Amino acid sequence: MTKRKFGLGLSLMLAAGTMLAACGSSDEGSSTGGSSESGGGEASDFSVAMVTDVGGVDDKSFNQSAWEGLQQFGEENGLKKGNGGFDYLQSASDADYNTNLNNLIRRDFDVVFGIGFLMEGAIKEIAEQQPEAQLAIIDAVVDAPNVASVLFKEQEAAYLAGVAAALMTETNKVGFVGGMEIPVIERFEAGFLEGVKAVDDTIEVDVQYTGAFDKAELGKTTANRMYSGGADIVFHAAGATGNGVFTEAKERKEQDPDANIWVIGVDADQYEEGQVGDANVTLTSALKEVDQAVVDIANKAKAGEFPGGETVVYGLAEDGVGLADPRGAIPEDKMAQIEEYKEKIASGEIKVPETVE
Amino acid sequence: MSNRAINLLVPIVSVILGLVVGAIIMLISGFDPLAGYLALWNGIFGDLYTIGETIRQITPYILAGLAVAFAFRSGLFNIGVEGQLIVGWFAAAYVGMAVELPKVIHLPLAILAAAVAGGLWGFIPGLLKAKFHVHEVIVTIMMNYIALHTTNALIKTVSDGGDSTEPVFASASLRSEFFENLTDFSRLHYGIFVALAMVLVMWFILDKTTLGFELKAVGFNQNASQYAGMNVNKNIILAMVISGAFAGLGGAMEALGTFEYVSSKGGFTGIGFDGIAVALLGMNTPLGVIFGATLFGSLKYGALNMPNAAGIPIEIVEIVIAVIIFFVASGYVIRWLLQRAAIKKEAK
Repeated sequence: MTKRKFGLGLSLMLAAGTMLAACGSSDEGSSTGGSSESGGGEASDFSVAMVTDVGGVDDKSFNQSAWEGLQQFGEENGLKKGNGGFDYLQSASDADYNTNLNNLIRRDFDVVFGIGFLMEGAIKEIAEQQPEAQLAIIDAVVDAPNVASVLFKEQEAAYLAGVAAALMTETNKVGFVGGMEIPVIERFEAGFLEGVKAVDDTIEVDVQYTGAFDKAELGKTTANRMYSGGADIVFHAAGATGNGVFTEAKERKEQDPDANIWVIGVDADQYEEGQVGDANVTLTSALKEVDQAVVDIANKAKAGEFPGGETVVYGLAEDGVGLADPRGAIPEDKMAQIEEYKEKIASGEIKVPETVE
Repeated sequence: MSNRAINLLVPIVSVILGLVVGAIIMLISGFDPLAGYLALWNGIFGDLYTIGETIRQITPYILAGLAVAFAFRSGLFNIGVEGQLIVGWFAAAYVGMAVELPKVIHLPLAILAAAVAGGLWGFIPGLLKAKFHVHEVIVTIMMNYIALHTTNALIKTVSDGGDSTEPVFASASLRSEFFENLTDFSRLHYGIFVALAMVLVMWFILDKTTLGFELKAVGFNQNASQYAGMNVNKNIILAMVISGAFAGLGGAMEALGTFEYVSSKGGFTGIGFDGIAVALLGMNTPLGVIFGATLFGSLKYGALNMPNAAGIPIEIVEIVIAVIIFFVASGYVIRWLLQRAAIKKEAK
């Protein structure tokens, strides 16, 4: 009796093993068939893929923006999601970057993007191991002949955000919520401080760092302190942590619809984040057009002009950063003033510093 | 049914149950479970690269598991493995990049630095527990946050405002060209031997030394140990220091093997917390920890291939992996059910 049960267990295990093995061979067969098809007949056989950092593809910020760029590129070129088209992989921890990048390279994508400075080390390592692969990294510089480094002049967009905040504040006090104290975010801070100062240097700026990009509850409590302390406009550069800033602002707006409470969004146009009933707390957003940069690099690579080994910088002059449409939140005359500053930066008349002095 | 048969059947039945429930979840969400499990299998054992990476992932899990298990055996609940691992990571990376020495000195020195840093991070809660009866769970949780933000600040200082240190010198690296060529550039490194050696060390301390006997006695009953003439306070502190040193070594694996640098973190790595589950799955024994870490590491690493090869979103994948581990951990329930079934049959 005992022996029979034991035997049954063993045979079950064996059966499972053969089943797995069987579908292994069949699947491999079909997948190689699939890739050869898509490699041959398509109108466009150029494919792109990206690896997100730990923020994930729906972070309402730059990972999402990059993915939207890839989707746009795919649409323009008649590509489908998957092998031979465009795709993404999400990373759950820092250790996953190498594997995800390698996986995509093995699937023969022509260009693989690493989104975010966190991936710097991984891109550097893989670029050496896979000299044939074309890699691109956003927000960091990797010195390798097959890596295109993409940087943004965040300080220029933040400068305009600072000007907008200074023009719109009624309490003469505004806030800045940063994610981690890293060079990218410090560029936002530096530009914002400089923009506020350019309009009125008596305005007080409350600068707080939360130390995380994925903690909405921290963003909420920080914003709570700022609004309670008299600030009426808060600019966040904190990824998903910034979603908490929006939550706090919306709650205050809901309680008192006449309250002068505003948030300035970051990276993407965060207008929809600020919707509360019929009102909206989003003043504007400091845009960092990661999507456009991704499309631009992909197009260059497709045309055979992949900027490997170069650092491409997108600023106001290149339309790589900017201010989102405030949709009436900022009156015309003040928009005109912002426009003046914008032209001065684009022409090089105003130089925005990268670090806080 | 004999006990041996049950012992063999329990893990098999629990894994199969986990797989079945995971499959149902994938089916409900509209994905092909067979393709999913195949991707998981290939993600773990698909080729030499994935096998190398799987072992790489298992390495820190073994050490984190040992750290938790060691404290457990002495009656202490070390939730601070995460923080001890982070300070160990930083210490090893710093020693690895700050000086250049011959490999025979440099590598052991960097590893030792990690163990000392982790041990120190364990010493503080141990001391507070022994002298002032402050509960180690509270202190270790808080020490995690202190570790996270202190190392972030230190990284900023040593890298002149950057977000990651320089890579460690080759003389401090655990990487091996041999493994790289063997496994098609996976990040498999010599750390696995360090981890396995520590398994031996833990077994030796616990089962072959007076210290181990005392530690276990304190774990069973503090009052009885005191009555028997053992120094309970000393043993509590020692247990936390050794546990912290294991965790620090786990950090050294990341610093000198996987990454070869340390970068500022927005949140915890999760390895230390998973170490709690690894230790419990392994019943807090050194050998058990290897099995727990292998299960955890393989599933965690193989899961990465599920979105890649089968197009299943990472969220669903995480649920499926959690379900499998959940069923493995509920082995007791399955054992109980099997035994009941056996008794009923015999009664007939």
